[in-house]
This record gives sequence, structure tokens and C-alpha cells, in this order.
Amino acid sequence: MDRKKFINNSGRLVLMGGLAYLTGSIIYQRKVSASGKYVWQIDPFKCTQCGRCATECVRELSAVKCVHAYSLCGYCDLCGGYFKPNTHKLNTGAESQLCPTGALTRKFVEEPFFQYTIDEKLCNGCAKCVKGCGSFGNGSLHLQIRHDLCQNCNECSISRMCPANAISRVPIETAYLIKGGFKKPVISTPK
Amino acid sequence: MKWLKIILFLLPLTLVFNSLDAQQRFPKPEFHTKYTQPTPTTPEPRGLEMEFVDVLILLVVLSLTSWFAIKKRSRNGILLLTVFSAIYFGFYRNGCICTVGSIQNVALAFADPKYVISLYALLFFLLPLIFSLFFGRVFCGAACPLGAIQDLLIWKPITIPAWLRKTLGFIPYLYLGLAVLYAATGTEFIICRYDPFIGIYRMNGPHLMIYLGIAFLLMGLFIARPYCRFFCPYGALLNVFSRFSRRHLSVFPTKCIQCKLCTTSCPFEAIDFPDEEKSKPDTKTNSRKFILYLALIPVLMLAGAWIGSKSHVFLSKAHPDVYLAELLISHPELKKDSKNIDIQTFLASGKSLETLVAEAQVIRDKFKTGSSILGAFLGLVIALMAMGQVIFRRREDYQANKGNCYSCARCLDYCPVE
Repeated sequence: MDRKKFINNSGRLVLMGGLAYLTGSIIYQRKVSASGKYVWQIDPFKCTQCGRCATECVRELSAVKCVHAYSLCGYCDLCGGYFKPNTHKLNTGAESQLCPTGALTRKFVEEPFFQYTIDEKLCNGCAKCVKGCGSFGNGSLHLQIRHDLCQNCNECSISRMCPANAISRVPIETAYLIKGGFKKPVISTPK
Repeated sequence: MKWLKIILFLLPLTLVFNSLDAQQRFPKPEFHTKYTQPTPTTPEPRGLEMEFVDVLILLVVLSLTSWFAIKKRSRNGILLLTVFSAIYFGFYRNGCICTVGSIQNVALAFADPKYVISLYALLFFLLPLIFSLFFGRVFCGAACPLGAIQDLLIWKPITIPAWLRKTLGFIPYLYLGLAVLYAATGTEFIICRYDPFIGIYRMNGPHLMIYLGIAFLLMGLFIARPYCRFFCPYGALLNVFSRFSRRHLSVFPTKCIQCKLCTTSCPFEAIDFPDEEKSKPDTKTNSRKFILYLALIPVLMLAGAWIGSKSHVFLSKAHPDVYLAELLISHPELKKDSKNIDIQTFLASGKSLETLVAEAQVIRDKFKTGSSILGAFLGLVIALMAMGQVIFRRREDYQANKGNCYSCARCLDYCPVE
């Protein structure tokens, strides 16, 4: 009976030592974040608009949405994100719209300006408008992960498939990288 | 004329560069009406501040389960906790982060100098293991959302023959080894990717995931907890830890009266029967076998390491960089394939093939070390499983097997001893 107990106790000690070593080495290398709040983020300056955000997200309708940085927008009538290329009539007819789900809507502001808005309930993150806006316009339309929808998976299944490695884990303080300029801003992350 | 040619040649190039480097092509409009420009919204992440609460709740559930299983001996209490875990960790918190998946975060934090693990993921990994060292697999019993949904859907469990159970019991170790290898090399988190129940808990997800989950649950009607027993990589860890637990759920409260009422109570066949007098094995052949298997440990480990190092090229193909580098070398004609997004993005990025190949080589070297260790580990597991067959322990009572028992407490209601 004593032998059994001895084996039991020493086995437990060895396993505890193993756990302590594992934890200790992770803590010693300062690889534990106490605040612990990380979210997934798309860097719009790396994004190549490949369209995988629409298909690879674990959600039925992707948590990646197109976001409009209004401060960069030219409010053009002929919007490269809104209209299909070679569209002749600049009206809101479905046949001339680039967005496959009709999520990008426009509203007349004043001659000759139009405001473009995204309906996030319809947007599937396919980035067709982002590509159009980046090729012909200012690039004010860009993709962002919307954190009210994102499941914050342990590993983002889009990031695994992203050809440009544009998706990474960031501290919650810098959850969004909304375009504010034409070059990527330098963010100093607290260490 | 010459200059004109150069300008005509450069013009399309500048257009290309323009499209790559977004810039203000259209000036900011000056509005004359009272138009106010909206600002993009940034909705807050859902429920991240709850992670601290999650750890607390996990701690409470684990403590209560231990108390119910060992002191209070109450199946109803554990059933209640199981329902709670399925609702809270599963349906409400959508099953992320879970303990099973946290193995990969810990492995990556251990191996990758840049990866930072969140404290809560680390605690989710550690707490159930620590509890298992003292009270057995109480985590499986009631706290694990993946186990809870299967446990609640056990209908008519069939008996699985011992040889099949033991053979299939090797899969969790293989899954654990592969998950650690793929996580540590930064390839992917396979446990999360093939998690069968998360799609059901979220009621949203890729169809394959949801079908897989339904298939597991349907199977689970007859084969109790199929994922836990034959796949769960964390279960493999808990199995080892729980064998050395200080205390453990006991089928009988004071003394076993050999009434055999509990024998059919366990849907997981985790109750060991007492050995019959005549079945006592020949000590001489048994000790000879024991020495043989002991000598086999280094042999199997070396063989495993050799097979592992031989298969590292194949295993490393799962890493996107290695895959892309191999594809570009073996099929250079694919560079013209405009539909291959990965290759086109790589070509547009301006990165040279040499850099990519060098990076892929670094990853493949990691795989070489990793898969050798994986092979040696699996060799050790096989050798220890074989040794388990010849180690004879005298058993006089009907008692829970400490490695396989989930502390679900079903058997307790069957025991007539007060």
C-alpha cells in the first residue's frame, strides 16, 4: 500500500514540476499579458482585396465589413467603388452597381457631391468596392473587422488564408485601424 | 521622338504605381450646405471584459464539481453544473476561449519568442490540470462545454470491446502531438479548426463544422462521448494527470459489497472490475514481458523519431509559406495563372523567391526538430500502453478507473451502500 502511495505522490510531484516549468518559462520570458485583451485586426494598407474575407470567416456572413473613411472621400459622382467599370448611366440602377449585395448606398449631398454609406447588415466583406475605390478613387473605402460581430476566435480563420498576411492580433486599445490618411500611421504600442 | 517613346513607356507605369500607392486623386470637397461629415463607427468588442469573470466561473464550477463528486456524492448537482456549463461557456460565451484549444496558445507561447499569451488563456489551460492532480478529471465531468453537450445527449450507450477502446485511445495522443507541433511552428490551430461543437454553440458557422458536430452528437447517442474518449487532445493530458490524483471519485462511499449493481451504470466503461482468482497471470512470463517492454521504450522512441524526421517534409506542407515556396519551385508556370490569389499576391508584393524559400527553409527546419520529438513521444506512448497491459494490479472492488473516469457521478446513484 505504501509503495502505491509513493508512486502516486512522486508522479504528482513530477507533473506539478512540469507544469511549473512550463508556466515559469512563459512568465520568465514576459510572454503573458495581464490585461489579456487581444482582438483581430485587418491592416488596410496591407490588404490586397483578394475577396477571401467574404468566404473564409467562420460566420455565415463575414464579420469583416467595408468601412468608409469619410475624411478621405472625394464624394465623387462617378465613384469607382459604387459603379461597375464602363457604366454609362450614373444612376442607382442595380445593373450599374458594383456591390453584389447592394450594401453600398449613395445619397445626394449637394451638386456635385454624393455621400456613400455601407449597410453593414448586407455587406459581406468581398472588397469589390474597396478594389474599385483604391484603383480609381482616393481609397477611402477599406475593410475592417467589426468587433461587435467578430467571434474573436482563438485563431482567425481568415488570417490563415490571407495571402498578404494583413490580419494580426492586436491589443484591444488599438482594435481598429480606420484609415485616416494615405500612409499607414505609426502607432506606438505600449509594451 | 526618343523622348516621346520614353514618356509613352513611363506613363502606364506611373498609373500602375498610382493604383498601388493610394493617394488623394480627388480633392476634399468644400460643402456649401450644412452637411456634416459622419465619422466611421468603431463598435466595441463583445464581452471581452468578461474573460476575468470566465476564469472565476471556471474556478467555481471546478470546485463545486469536486465537492459534488467526492464529498456530497450527488449526480444531480453535477448534472446541474453540466447544464450550466453548456449554457454559459457554450451558448452564452460561444465557446471561445476553451481549455481544449488553449493547449495551442501555450505551445505557441512556449515556442515562439514573439507570441504573447493572454493570462486568461494560460489560466484556462492550467486550472483543470491542477484540479485533476487533486480531484481527478472533474473538468471533463461538468466544466467542459464540449463534454457537456455530449454528456447531455447520451441515450443508449453500447459497450465497446476493450481492445477497440484501447486502440482508439491512441488517437488523442496523436492529435495532441500534431496540435502542439502545428501550433508551435506557427502553422495553424488544428484543434480550433476542427472543433466539432463550436458551430452548434454559436448557431452559426461553416457547414462542414456544423455537420461534423451533428454527426458526433448522433454518434454520441449510442457511443457515449465519442469526441472526449477518442479525439480530445486535452483529455489525453488529463488522463495522465488524473492517474496521479490525490483524491478521486469513488463508486462506493465506505466499502464495496460486490453487489455488481454499478457495473452497467458507466456509459464510458470506466469502472474496473475486480480480478478473478483464476485469471491471475503467470508472474514469471509477465515479468519477462515487462522487462522486454521496458527495453522496447528506447527502441520505439528512436524508431518514432526516425519516422518523424522522415515525415517532416510532408508535415511542413501545411504551413502556407512552405506550401507556396514548394508550389512556385515545382510549378513555375503557375506564375501566369491570374486566378491563383496566393501566387499573384506574392508576386505583387515584390518579395523575391529567394527570401520566401529561405523563410520556408527556417520553418521546415523547425518541423524537422518538432516532428522528431513528436515521433519519439508517440513511440513512448505506444511503449507505455503496451506496458500497461502487463502490469498487474490486484483489485478486489469495483472501482472507477482514475485515468478514464470523467467524474460524472452516474455510478454513485447505483451503489446501495449508505
